[in-house]
Amino acid sequence: MSESAVNSGRLEATATHGVTPALHHQFEDIEQQREAGNFGMWIFLATEMLFFGAIFTAYIMYRVMYYPGFEAGSRGLEASFGATMTFVLLASSFTMAMSVHAAHAGKRRMLLGFLFATMLLGIIFLGLKFTEYTHKWHEQLVPGLNFHPAAESLRGAPEHAVELFMCFYFFMTGLHALHMIIGIGLLGVMAILAWQGKISPENYNRVEAAGLYWHFVDIIWIYLFPLLYLVGGRY
Amino acid sequence: MSTAVAEVPVESRIHYLNASYGIKSWLFTTDHKRIALLYLGSITLMFFIGGAAAVLMRLHLIEPAGALVQPETYNKLFTMHGVVMVFFFLIPSIPATLGNFLVPMMIGARDLAFPRLNLLSWYVYITGATFTLYALISGGVDTGWTFYTPLSSHYVNTHVIATALGVFITGFSSILTGLNFIVTIHKMRAPGMTWKRMPLFLWSMYATSIIFVLGTPVIAVTLFLLGLERLFHVGIFDPAIGGDPVLFQHLFWFYSHPAVYIMILPGMGVVSELITCFSRKKPFGYIFIAYSSLAIAMISFFVWGHHMFVSSQSVYAGFIFSALSFAVAIPSAIKVFNWTATLYKGSISYQAPMLYALGFIGLFTMGGLTGLFLASLATDVHLHDTYFVIAHFHYIMVGGAVMAYLGGIHFWWPKITGRLYHDGWARVAAVVIFFGFNLTFFPQYMLGYLGMPRRYAVYPAEFQVLNVMSSAGASILGIGYLIPFIYLLWSIRYGPVAGPNPWGAKGLEWETPSPPPTDNFEESPVVPDEPYGYAKPEHAHV
Repeated sequence: MSESAVNSGRLEATATHGVTPALHHQFEDIEQQREAGNFGMWIFLATEMLFFGAIFTAYIMYRVMYYPGFEAGSRGLEASFGATMTFVLLASSFTMAMSVHAAHAGKRRMLLGFLFATMLLGIIFLGLKFTEYTHKWHEQLVPGLNFHPAAESLRGAPEHAVELFMCFYFFMTGLHALHMIIGIGLLGVMAILAWQGKISPENYNRVEAAGLYWHFVDIIWIYLFPLLYLVGGRY
Repeated sequence: MSTAVAEVPVESRIHYLNASYGIKSWLFTTDHKRIALLYLGSITLMFFIGGAAAVLMRLHLIEPAGALVQPETYNKLFTMHGVVMVFFFLIPSIPATLGNFLVPMMIGARDLAFPRLNLLSWYVYITGATFTLYALISGGVDTGWTFYTPLSSHYVNTHVIATALGVFITGFSSILTGLNFIVTIHKMRAPGMTWKRMPLFLWSMYATSIIFVLGTPVIAVTLFLLGLERLFHVGIFDPAIGGDPVLFQHLFWFYSHPAVYIMILPGMGVVSELITCFSRKKPFGYIFIAYSSLAIAMISFFVWGHHMFVSSQSVYAGFIFSALSFAVAIPSAIKVFNWTATLYKGSISYQAPMLYALGFIGLFTMGGLTGLFLASLATDVHLHDTYFVIAHFHYIMVGGAVMAYLGGIHFWWPKITGRLYHDGWARVAAVVIFFGFNLTFFPQYMLGYLGMPRRYAVYPAEFQVLNVMSSAGASILGIGYLIPFIYLLWSIRYGPVAGPNPWGAKGLEWETPSPPPTDNFEESPVVPDEPYGYAKPEHAHV
């Protein structure tokens, strides 16, 4: 064994506390790093829950206060759109789970495939969302910017309550869409890392954490869909 | 005291301050100790900005008709004072500076779990502060720090959006800090550092972090909705267009009441450390002090309604909120009693940090007990929105949180900088602050009890004596705050070298050199026994 090889081996050992190169300096071992990463994501999701929780609270309160207007507003939404989007998202949750499985098993090509499938489904969801927003714009149901409801279904409903409903609709789905965009970006980063071969069974928890986030955003939609579209909606 | 001989090894040793130089080595650092110092600098700036607003207010109130500014300006002054002090000084104060510095060191870790998130949190804070300071220079905002609707969303023409956006953004820096602390405390404790061997400061940081993570997103959403209403004129909170202003208050206080505990819990943690160190005793009832922090964090989420006894909230809800608010007094009292019991038969020494800690116990007790007046339905109707409320929360926030913050800064300053400050001046400053504080705020209890409402630029002539007393106290308090600023800065360059443990304190942070090396410890520590192993005879001479 040459002396330089011994030296470089020692250097690597001291620089990374003796384990794999993916270990960050503040952790003792890869197991600790993995647990910290996942735990951090769970804590972050707890924050997110309260974030959406406050909006859900406000929404439910106003739904009770202005029931007829909110009911009419729900009728103005297209449940078929919502159902399609729900289906797309559930499918994306499946491909996401498969990505985590692939990362854990160290199957790079499979990981890349499922990551791209998940991102694609996310983009389809956003496309549908955008189309739906355009419909709302044409129906003149955008509060603050273009709000002159003329639809048959809204006749007789108190206008300010419908406006409030649409306001919450855009706020909640918009915030959800923003989370989707962030999620797609996150998966893009994962795809690049996987492409570069930087995802291994030892640090697959990055994909797992991204997956937790993705599933969480899906779950938010699972609550948004019935709250906005189904309760007294058009179906 | 230092000698040239003693200084040489410290200067030549590599530690976190001299490991690298230049502005970039600070702006791109991921070292929790440097980030703590970045925060220390920024919040000190915000403290003096918020303090300047307070000085102007107190000068204005020397005369019943107002001595200094227009009423509109007065409104902007108290709003800025509140916004800057609450969101940009008190909330980050202990967690972002001492917490950042000490959490990894106290558990024997090399850094927080997510060092880059930690740096990000500072940048987020700076971005938020920039928006709020922009609002300040471009004309101010006059809604009060509570942003009550529909005043804030409809009636005022000042920079509500910029200020609210600043608060909104800064919230995320708190969330990141809290998340980092929770994960670090859970996952990165040194071998042997069990939960029940953790210093009490860490328990309080943990409790604070829970509130950061669970409370802050709610204020973020609330301010966002406020912005939506203001920008697009949809009736979310404005009753004139179909909104519900009481919902705003519910959402606002759901965060902002727990935020009070964000301010005081870290202070309680600091005081627990100071009392044990300067009494040379184990804390009395360690586990009670530790769990009472968690209890306070938990109950804090269920008491917000006591801000709304007169806001059309149902009287039955009022009963419940009143009872729950009283319940917070229990864990708080546990702490106070346990601190005093720790002092009992201790070998007490009155160094500057200890003076702050003792001041804290007295002032916090005053503030806490007067809080019960406000938690009682009947007395609150009389005292609501008077100077009694102002005095009460300043006893908690300034007499409590700021005293503990200064005590903590004085206690860990030798660790942070490696230098000792002038002890005599430090004691003088602690006493000046204590007297200045009481002279400022005790008269306000009386003013409030006599019926002087808060947030008015003018007042009836019979209140003048008490107001002048308060203003006189404020000027003493202002000088009291300037003294530490001067001698602490002075000590960085000229102070004697501190050594690793100038107080003879226990805890992992004192077992490493001052200032600590970048990785905190020369070798990874192992914790063999209980915390606070003070042996009285050995240290009796200190």
